[in-house]
Amino acid sequence: MSNETIVAISSAIGEGAIGIIRMSGENAFVIANNIFKPKSSYNQLENRKMVFGEIVKNNHVLDEVMIVYMAAPKTYTKEDVVEIYCHGGVIAIKRVLDYILEFDVQMAEPGEFTKRAFLNGRLDLSQAEAVMDLISAKTEKGFDVAYQQLEGTLSGKINQIRQELLKVVAHLEVCIDYPEEDIEEVTYPEILESFVMVQNELTLLLKHADNGRIIREGLKVAIIGKPNVGKSSLLNALLKEARAIVTDIAGTTRDVIEEHLNIQGIPIRIVDTAGIRKTSDQIEKIGVERSKEIFNQADMVLFVLNASEKLSEEDQELIELVSNKKSIIIVNKIDLESKIDWAHVENKFDDRKIVKTSLLNDDGILEVEQAIVDMVYEGDIHASNDQLLSNARHIQAVKQSLKSIEAAIHATQDNMPYDFIEVDTFDCLESLGKITGETIENDIVKEIFGNFCLGK
Amino acid sequence: METFFAGNYDVIVVGAGHAGVEAALASARMNKKTLMLTINLDSIAMMPCNPSIGGTGKGHLVREIDALGGEMGINIDKTFIQSKMLNTAKGPAVHSLRAQADKVKYHIEMKKVVENCPLLDVKQAEVSEIIIEDYKVKGVITTIGSIYHGKAVVLATGTYLGGKIFIGSAVFQSGPNGLAPSLKLTDNLKTNAIDLRRFKTGTPARVNSRTLNYDKMQREDGDQKIVPFSFLNDQLDIEQVPCWLTYTNTTTHTIIETNFHRSALFSGEIEGTGPRYCPSIEDKINRFSDKNRHQLFIEPEGLDTNEMYVQGMSTSMPEDVQLAFMRTIPGLENVEIMRPAYAIEYDCIDPTQLKLSLEFKNIDGLFSAGQFNGSSGYEEAAAQGLIAGINAVLKIDNKEPFILDRSEAYIGVLIDDLVTKGTEEPYRMMTSRSEYRLLLRQDNADLRLTEKAYQIGLASKERYDKVVHKVQAIKEEMERIENTLIKAKDINPFLLENGSSELRDSITIANLLKRPEIFYDMINQFDINRPDLREDIWKQCEISIKYQGYIEKQLRQVEKFKSLENKKIIDINYNDVEGLRIEARQKLKAIQPNSVGQASRISGVSPADISVLLVYMDYKRRSKNV
Repeated sequence: MSNETIVAISSAIGEGAIGIIRMSGENAFVIANNIFKPKSSYNQLENRKMVFGEIVKNNHVLDEVMIVYMAAPKTYTKEDVVEIYCHGGVIAIKRVLDYILEFDVQMAEPGEFTKRAFLNGRLDLSQAEAVMDLISAKTEKGFDVAYQQLEGTLSGKINQIRQELLKVVAHLEVCIDYPEEDIEEVTYPEILESFVMVQNELTLLLKHADNGRIIREGLKVAIIGKPNVGKSSLLNALLKEARAIVTDIAGTTRDVIEEHLNIQGIPIRIVDTAGIRKTSDQIEKIGVERSKEIFNQADMVLFVLNASEKLSEEDQELIELVSNKKSIIIVNKIDLESKIDWAHVENKFDDRKIVKTSLLNDDGILEVEQAIVDMVYEGDIHASNDQLLSNARHIQAVKQSLKSIEAAIHATQDNMPYDFIEVDTFDCLESLGKITGETIENDIVKEIFGNFCLGK
Repeated sequence: METFFAGNYDVIVVGAGHAGVEAALASARMNKKTLMLTINLDSIAMMPCNPSIGGTGKGHLVREIDALGGEMGINIDKTFIQSKMLNTAKGPAVHSLRAQADKVKYHIEMKKVVENCPLLDVKQAEVSEIIIEDYKVKGVITTIGSIYHGKAVVLATGTYLGGKIFIGSAVFQSGPNGLAPSLKLTDNLKTNAIDLRRFKTGTPARVNSRTLNYDKMQREDGDQKIVPFSFLNDQLDIEQVPCWLTYTNTTTHTIIETNFHRSALFSGEIEGTGPRYCPSIEDKINRFSDKNRHQLFIEPEGLDTNEMYVQGMSTSMPEDVQLAFMRTIPGLENVEIMRPAYAIEYDCIDPTQLKLSLEFKNIDGLFSAGQFNGSSGYEEAAAQGLIAGINAVLKIDNKEPFILDRSEAYIGVLIDDLVTKGTEEPYRMMTSRSEYRLLLRQDNADLRLTEKAYQIGLASKERYDKVVHKVQAIKEEMERIENTLIKAKDINPFLLENGSSELRDSITIANLLKRPEIFYDMINQFDINRPDLREDIWKQCEISIKYQGYIEKQLRQVEKFKSLENKKIIDINYNDVEGLRIEARQKLKAIQPNSVGQASRISGVSPADISVLLVYMDYKRRSKNV
């Protein structure tokens, strides 16, 4: 088992009074000592003593915290463990986590603390199965997230950077493996130019990641329903109720609006398909296709039906779609004459929470909120945590690759031979591959034979 | 047909190409009664394609084969006619040795070695059947009815198996170089549940040296100072012969283009998968139409022949087209073809059917090596042959298989790639396939491997003693240069002269060598007590000092790699492992990895699957202890 030190946010999502960061592994104590400045000299880190102080980065206080160090082996993972109790809220805790990630520490994989606890002999056998379930369940979720990332701009960008690097690497490798072919050697200024470009791209990426991440994170909720069922009213009502509107930003496509709000401490971003109607000429034609896309990426769906109309074909299609998804069913316009096929709806969604609303009259909105909160706290939704994890992991991978490309730049400036420059370049590619899930070797071979004419 | 019992052996090797001879020699040298069968005794260690051994990546393999006690390095040292260390302008990790061989001599010398090897019988016969009972190999039957019993069998059939040659529209069954193909064995292998497929490769024309005008070509000489392939040879000196360089031009390309339809490659007749890295000339011109010239090397096939190999001109065009386009090339205006270029298609296996020992997963005692396993190249074949031969012996002796991992040798990379990942085209070794390139250098293959081979009884005492002495000498010299000071005032003028910065205080030789522009053999005059050492010894010192940072970095990576590699997977029913994804479960069942490390390299097995596997393994271990 590798004994790399791992870290994760281990408190529940949302804006509770405190947020807990947990580290486990041999570097935990050293890192804690590095980042933590006690309030008084009596408050040094000691085994099993909770102390008060600040997390300080470059003379800048990130947060006031309580911190406890627990020496191996009498801990959950049987390794050195440090827990840091930050102020609640996403921002403070993430700042501290980001700082920790600058040290020699890995973001924990899903279920990793528990896995280590087991592998180090802390949990008994009966719990092994639960551990495996935990890992595999989280993985499935992880794959969804990974898939989203793949489609997202992040991995698009990463791929672009990888391609740039692969081009250089393939060229270097051709020069190494085919020294007698009629191929121009890469010059050091050329290598440097590409590397610096990659360095700039990665730096830029990290800068954006730091700004955008907190806003972007949170439980992703999609409002789905055909036109005129009251989706906008639902959104407005939720916004009005939620006192803390973080921000509103236009999504990646202009026609989807993302609203960020906070319901009973749970950070939420709502994606409203209503936006489509406002910007599109085909006003009455919300394609099921479009809804599907938004919906696939959502952690939870608020599905709105109109009680005063019979179920249309479009409704039926959406019902089918929603039936496989974590969702809350909102039947709106109950103040009007009821024409909806209640039996059908209740039958279709017998395991879902169905909330009856009259949104124009503010009726039922509190129930909707409660349903969302219940769903989160009943453990049906873990998405926000997962997303946080994978994002932080990605950011760490980008940071790692930045370090590697800087080392490669140094090697190039020092006129090291190609094969030495390649050591750090491969490292860089490997770190980037952690985000996109691709391996280097095949890529390089493909690139070599795709672009160079070689052979007997 | 009448059959008769013809003999009893420990190990039977089918095929006497580069894989076959290494397998047979390893087995006999490890004291097993060994039989090597070949369709034609005149084709032992034949080189049906390029007349050279080594090159990038491949040269590394040959050095490793030699370090382990194989024959290829020794044999090329006896028979080379030109030698070159490639990539000397690049770092030491990618320096690669390549030698032009006298093909006929190479064959004759190897034939002598196998004929004179104790415990090894060499016979001419075509094997038509492998005797397998209860998934266990028992021997072989030849086309004339001889039955040989053996405890282990190594298949090294090269391109003979189901061989089919294409030259333009001419298609006929044949082994390489006009030799008889092996046509019966394929069906027998299929009935034994071995999955076969077709691969394709090709070779360029051989032309008559008398018809070439060398004045129009560029002369390519070998190195002045020859580095031998074998670690047993300290120095070699021969009269070398040159190779020649010339180029195609747009006229050549036009002729090829207008005759595309006559190439077997484009007529759709060839079903086998060819390698991307050795495309035929028509393929090159088709895919890289913007290149207005392609280089070709004219290489001698030997000292006693006028045949010249035209490197870069592999083709499956008809002979008249071959002749027409070659005559457009400077120096080849009057060229006469002696052997036309051809493409050859053959039966081989998907190597994921094998264990890392190169034994079939489902047939006890049956091993395979070389092109039959989907690789390409003499060196790749020889490397596998050696390992298959060793493991056939260890199997008979009920010993643990001899497996080199990716951090130990290019051979380890080669076999792990084939067996764990499989290959979709004939697999060629390249230095970029190795993750730990800086450690797996051609200059330290003996230091890495000889002791291992000595322990299993393959490498000779002489070879082992030589390595032990080398290790000691390196250690002593390292200590000396780390403790020998040079005064600043003595060396400063020299430093300035060589573009290096001046010193204020004395400096150890070791620290001086850390400067990129300063090399060991530049500073003799300042190093008064320098002992008279062989170059390969002080080079080791120089490399480990100069590239210390990088080498340490790779060593740390290896340590990480080893932690998973050392977690052996023994007897797991993947159906019992809850939480594995279906794809991962299927792949793990098919590949049956030896270790968690190997499992992690299977495509379709994710890090989370590996976590699940680790938890399950520990669960099982602890259940047993309860």
